[in-house]
Amino acid sequence: MGKNLAGKTAFIVAVLVIFCFGIVGIPHGSLKQSITDRIHLGLDLKGGTHLVLEVHVAEAVASATDRDAVRLTQDLQTAGISGVTAGKTDSTHPEKITVSGIPIGKMTDARGVFSGNTYGDYEATTAADGTVTLTMKQAAIRSLSERTVDTSIETIRERIDKLGVTEPIIQKYGLGENQILVELPGISDSGRVEEIIQSTAKLEIHAVAGGPYATDQEALQANNGVIPPDAVLVKGSATAESPEQVWLLKRVSEVEGTDFRDAQPSNDQNGRPNITFTLTTEAGDRFYKYTSEHSSSSASPGSMAIVLDNRVREVAGIQSAIRDRGEITGGFTKQQAADLSLMLRTGALPASISFLETRSVGPSLGQASIRQGVIAAVAGMTAVMIFMLIYYRGSGINADLALILNLLILLGFMGFTGSTLTLPGIAGVILTIGMGVDSNVLIFERIREELRAGKAAASAVQQGFAHAWITIIDTHVTTIVSALILFLFGTGPVRGFAVTLTFGLLANLFTAVFVSRVIFDSHLKNKERGAALSI
Amino acid sequence: MEFFRGTNIDWLGKKWYFLGFSLIFSVSGVLSMLFWHGIPKGVDFTGGTQIRVAFDQNPNEDHIRQAIDRGGVHNASIQRVSDPSGHAANKVIIALPIASASDQAHDVGRQSVENALNANYRDSKFQIEQVEIVGPTAGKQLQKQAWLATVYSLIGMLVYLWFRFELIYGVAAVVAVFHDTLITVGAFSLTNQEITLTVIAAILTLIGYSMNDTIVVFDRIRENLATSRRETLSEVVNRSINQTLSRTVLTSGLTFLTVLSLYLFGGEVLHGFSFALVVGILIGTYSSIAVAAPMLVAYQDWRASRGKAVSLPAGKRARA
Repeated sequence: MGKNLAGKTAFIVAVLVIFCFGIVGIPHGSLKQSITDRIHLGLDLKGGTHLVLEVHVAEAVASATDRDAVRLTQDLQTAGISGVTAGKTDSTHPEKITVSGIPIGKMTDARGVFSGNTYGDYEATTAADGTVTLTMKQAAIRSLSERTVDTSIETIRERIDKLGVTEPIIQKYGLGENQILVELPGISDSGRVEEIIQSTAKLEIHAVAGGPYATDQEALQANNGVIPPDAVLVKGSATAESPEQVWLLKRVSEVEGTDFRDAQPSNDQNGRPNITFTLTTEAGDRFYKYTSEHSSSSASPGSMAIVLDNRVREVAGIQSAIRDRGEITGGFTKQQAADLSLMLRTGALPASISFLETRSVGPSLGQASIRQGVIAAVAGMTAVMIFMLIYYRGSGINADLALILNLLILLGFMGFTGSTLTLPGIAGVILTIGMGVDSNVLIFERIREELRAGKAAASAVQQGFAHAWITIIDTHVTTIVSALILFLFGTGPVRGFAVTLTFGLLANLFTAVFVSRVIFDSHLKNKERGAALSI
Repeated sequence: MEFFRGTNIDWLGKKWYFLGFSLIFSVSGVLSMLFWHGIPKGVDFTGGTQIRVAFDQNPNEDHIRQAIDRGGVHNASIQRVSDPSGHAANKVIIALPIASASDQAHDVGRQSVENALNANYRDSKFQIEQVEIVGPTAGKQLQKQAWLATVYSLIGMLVYLWFRFELIYGVAAVVAVFHDTLITVGAFSLTNQEITLTVIAAILTLIGYSMNDTIVVFDRIRENLATSRRETLSEVVNRSINQTLSRTVLTSGLTFLTVLSLYLFGGEVLHGFSFALVVGILIGTYSSIAVAAPMLVAYQDWRASRGKAVSLPAGKRARA
């Protein structure tokens, strides 16, 4: 007892100062301002929108295999193998390309092409009938999926930044799922946010292979009941003037999302809103080659379709070769043209998404919750503190000091780690108070027992702490174990609860055991031996 | 001041009363779960849309229902928000069941509800306070996570108690908290209150709390076993419970006080959360005395009846 009390007291004061710094930081402006800058409030307390969305990575895989199938046909032709069809036969397996019609004598040459570096992402298997199936390797699918999710996050971040949201959270979510978490403080109109995020704004230019037709059936009939493997049916947007139509388009686009360098809202010659776009140099060259081969004055004139989010926006004959500039018209309002060109500028989402979870809290509900939570915490704590003073008299002061210090350290922890205080987090604080009281009660009851057994004050304190210590460790470790598991498997507000509970219990181990002991010791030191303890 | 001093109650002698009491509560809860209200799950787990609207004046639920019906949403349930402290809350929760099995269409109804309210309540003001839309995938995911969290934290505690005491101590403690969870979930079923994510957090809290209580008693049993050799196990257990009774009542009482203030002042958002804790603390305190300790003794009696040595599961310290 009394070992290096001054040192211990200095240590406690240092901890107190450090954690107070954690709560307020370097003071600036009002105290309230300083605190709210350090302690982040969850969306349930300050209002905002919480979204969980899933990226359909299978789409990205499908479009990669589509492109490779076209390239494969060309490569086989270059290698002197013609009459081959490469494409996908199974829509539930976007990662598979089936190649059929390879002449038996050319099989070795074909294998040479498949095993070349270009198709390193694929595994080739040959069936008995000579059909070769290229399956994208799991590792390649995984890295493509990861890239797709990463690009989606980038795109969403750019769109959100342009909305002017401060401190948004946009990050991967879940365990190995293709999910993204978006948290937008201060924005409670989740509908509008969803719209802006969800529009994939995938702009492509496809060559037209046939159409327009009134319905899918009509399109099938016009093509002898079979859609050619290199083509797809795409619906056109219905407008006031024209009903919905169906077009037969070449499957692989001539120009796609990443080929666009810029897009701006503008007006066409009639003054109607449209969008002017610019292509990258590389895509411009490609586009020039294509349009000059198929312009109206060439041997095989054609037309092309501008497809936005898998709907045909516009179909135009190719009048002359185009290099890198073009425009999209088609019944936009001014706002739509502006929004759409923003989305084109920030880039298309690499795959479509769907929302799994949407939660939004208005600012007034959040404020009411804070007020009620704080009132509950203060009321509960006051009642407990008063009771401790009455029941344990002088020693009640120990408990009360330990409780206040516990709360300060808990908040300081949150300030330092930048963790978020949520509504269940406030509940976690209240429970921390309960556990803190429990530790004090355990110790005090033990000290009373020792005193009843006739021990002197100093040795009763010593024994009381020694006995209660084991129990306190056991109870705290079990609760921290469950809080950590809650943190690992929980989400959102539940995690906030786990965080405050864990910090609170760690702080409590320090305050209830160490600080309270130091207070007892310094109190006893100034008394004569054998003096009674107020407990 | 002191409440309890030298209490000498024969707790284990009352084990049949305890058993009856526990059975009544858990069986009625289970019956309600099976045949009456089921387990009322909130939108977090079932999926669907929930819109909380605050009106300036006391809203008429029938008018809202008609307005939404005209707006083309026919299966909405409209529930008035009740505040535990008795304040009239001019709020309703409009709940729509899940739109379809696909995530693509997970919020079909929200816009229609908003439009319907806008069209019908332009004069008397209203405010959309909270929107929660959970798609089918997320609902399943959250449900799975809640299960995993509960099961894993129980396993974590069991392993810790096994390590610190002996396996039977861990098993008895886990049975006790399972008993508490069952009764608490039963209370939600009986009162037809929805179980949400925050309620799950509360249930995990009560598991931790009840475990605490049990450990305090077990710790005392271990300690007493190490020093006394003449008493029978049930005498030691009785004595240990009596010795810790003062602490048990104080801590539970004070924790109950804080939780009660949460229930009364925490607002309706935390209603379910604090309800679970109010029930859980009462039952968790009870179970450490009435379920966990008798189980420990019953196990030893069973061992003795099979002719095995009455090895007191005293933990490492006691054996030394």
